[in-house]
Amino acid sequence: MKKLTIALFVLFSSQLFAASGGVALESARVDLNDKASLQRGAKYFVNYCLSCHSAKQLRYSRMATDLEIPPELVELNLMFTGEKILDGMTISMRPEDAEKWFGVNPPDLSLIARSRGSDWLYTYLKSFYVDESRPFGVNNTLFPKVGMPHVLADLQGLQKAVYKDVELEDGSVRSVIDHLEISEPGRMSVEEYDEAMNDLVNFLTYMGEPAQLERQKLGWKVLVFILIMLLVFYFLKKEYWKDIH
Amino acid sequence: MSGMLKNALGWVDDRFPLTKVWNEHLAKYYAPKNFNWMYYFGSLAILVLVNQIITGIFLTINYKPDAQLAFDSVEYIMRDVEWGWLIRYMHSTGASAFFIVVYLHMFRGLVYGSFKKPRELVWIFGMIIYVALMAEAFMGYLLPWGQMSYWGAQVIVSLFGAIPYVGEDLALWLRGDYVISDATLNRFFAFHVIAIPLVLVVLVFMHIVALHAVGSNNPEGIEIKKHKDDKGVPLDGIPFHPYYTVKDLVGVAVFLFIFALIIFYMPEMGGYFLEHANFVPADPLKTPEHIAPVWYFTPFYAILRAVPDKFLGVVAMAGAIIILFVLPWLDRGVNKSIRYRGPVFKAAIVAFCISFIGLGYFGMQPVTPVGTWFSRFFSIVYFAFFLLMPFYSNIGQDKYVPERVEEK
Repeated sequence: MKKLTIALFVLFSSQLFAASGGVALESARVDLNDKASLQRGAKYFVNYCLSCHSAKQLRYSRMATDLEIPPELVELNLMFTGEKILDGMTISMRPEDAEKWFGVNPPDLSLIARSRGSDWLYTYLKSFYVDESRPFGVNNTLFPKVGMPHVLADLQGLQKAVYKDVELEDGSVRSVIDHLEISEPGRMSVEEYDEAMNDLVNFLTYMGEPAQLERQKLGWKVLVFILIMLLVFYFLKKEYWKDIH
Repeated sequence: MSGMLKNALGWVDDRFPLTKVWNEHLAKYYAPKNFNWMYYFGSLAILVLVNQIITGIFLTINYKPDAQLAFDSVEYIMRDVEWGWLIRYMHSTGASAFFIVVYLHMFRGLVYGSFKKPRELVWIFGMIIYVALMAEAFMGYLLPWGQMSYWGAQVIVSLFGAIPYVGEDLALWLRGDYVISDATLNRFFAFHVIAIPLVLVVLVFMHIVALHAVGSNNPEGIEIKKHKDDKGVPLDGIPFHPYYTVKDLVGVAVFLFIFALIIFYMPEMGGYFLEHANFVPADPLKTPEHIAPVWYFTPFYAILRAVPDKFLGVVAMAGAIIILFVLPWLDRGVNKSIRYRGPVFKAAIVAFCISFIGLGYFGMQPVTPVGTWFSRFFSIVYFAFFLLMPFYSNIGQDKYVPERVEEK
């Protein structure tokens, strides 16, 4: 029995860690009805992400409508490089250059929330720490050897890793990262930064599937309709089957 | 007015057997009166087939079978096409729903002995439908051109390469290239939208014609045709229409409720219906950490991985499907329904279900030593269920099987 429990534990734990490289994910509070949060998220996105990462599947006009931002304000405050409002969110950095500068072409983020999940993104954005051995001086606990510099450092500040010793099964001792702590404060407090990253993840989640706003609003009406249909069919069946014994 | 309609019907009937077909397959097709809820899945499978065809046509209008454009065209459907997201989710959820419904339909046939004489051909046509459905689903899964589409197809097509002598050439011929590429996408598109759907529709037609020739089985496993009244109508039979048409509508409504619940509130179904990695465009240079087929293929994928040798693994995987074809001749039980079968057969059914679901689970997981051993164990149970059936299926059957459907 004990063996079975261990077997099952090994089975499920390996699966849990496969997705996150061994780091527990923090949960983001995604609320797509919080328009103010989505608007703040959009602001962070165009200011901090959109210079290197594109989001070509999302049109500025769609964002304006869904986030209830007047199109003039979008053009004035959220569009910097002369696109038209109907354009997707593209960037001007060429992929060849990006590869030269970062070693890898930064991925388009349109669907990143659908491939990674919002909790992963939230944790990722909070997991940068100083590591002088990396080209940009930072590493990430969730995404080791990440190619991206910590572009949000001016908000968060810099974190340093606090290590602890753990004993491995074979008796040897290894030093692993226990947690991260702020070594150089940024413009935001820890709480403010968490809040900002939550807004950003909220926006990324919206961006992954703008139709979900509509989908969730429509869904219950369809379900109620089908329930009424079910009632009608149920009594119809009962009526027809009265004479069958 | 009704006189005019009658005349019109007469005019048609003189030229086309409309009334005759209507009667033979609906109004005067006598089905046993004791169908239970497990008999909903046949009509539901037709419903899902129609759903897939209609939503598929609408998707084709905006989809582009081109390696450069395919991924973005799916996002275009999701974002810019009016109601495109709904149609796409109806299609993607429909694919999984199709397999759920078909697996339950097959399970129903298995436990009530619907595959047994005289319904062997009904079962075999059904099995061909199942294989065609797998081909249809596999090729359709390439079309969104995401990472899982690409690497899933790469893995499965490369399996053909394991066949001695002709394997590599066969895989090359299937792909139309040395790797999955634009050429593969184009031909899979052709097969997915026209070739296999045509085959499917014809097979479903044959499945139903064969069924209506021999008549439906029922949970008691009794032949209702043995007891007829003086007009030749089975005493335990009732006309399919209107009785089962109205009854099936109840099943349709329940199905649609669950279907809509998934479409509107969990279209990815936690990554089982739409895999997370498939939201990343296909990249031939970057293999994902963990390649898993969609859930409905995973029992067979687990069998493949359970066998240490690649070629033998392919043989086992194919064998796991082929063996289902000969089920009518493996089962030597006299009684059809599980209600009147022996305890050994009942236990075997339970063991089979556990191993099938277990294989499905391990087929989704990354390879671990524990998982591999579980998969091996379940694979053995899976094959033993069929191969030992001639020996255990006759043990301890009930002596008494009712002649007629008894009133409760």
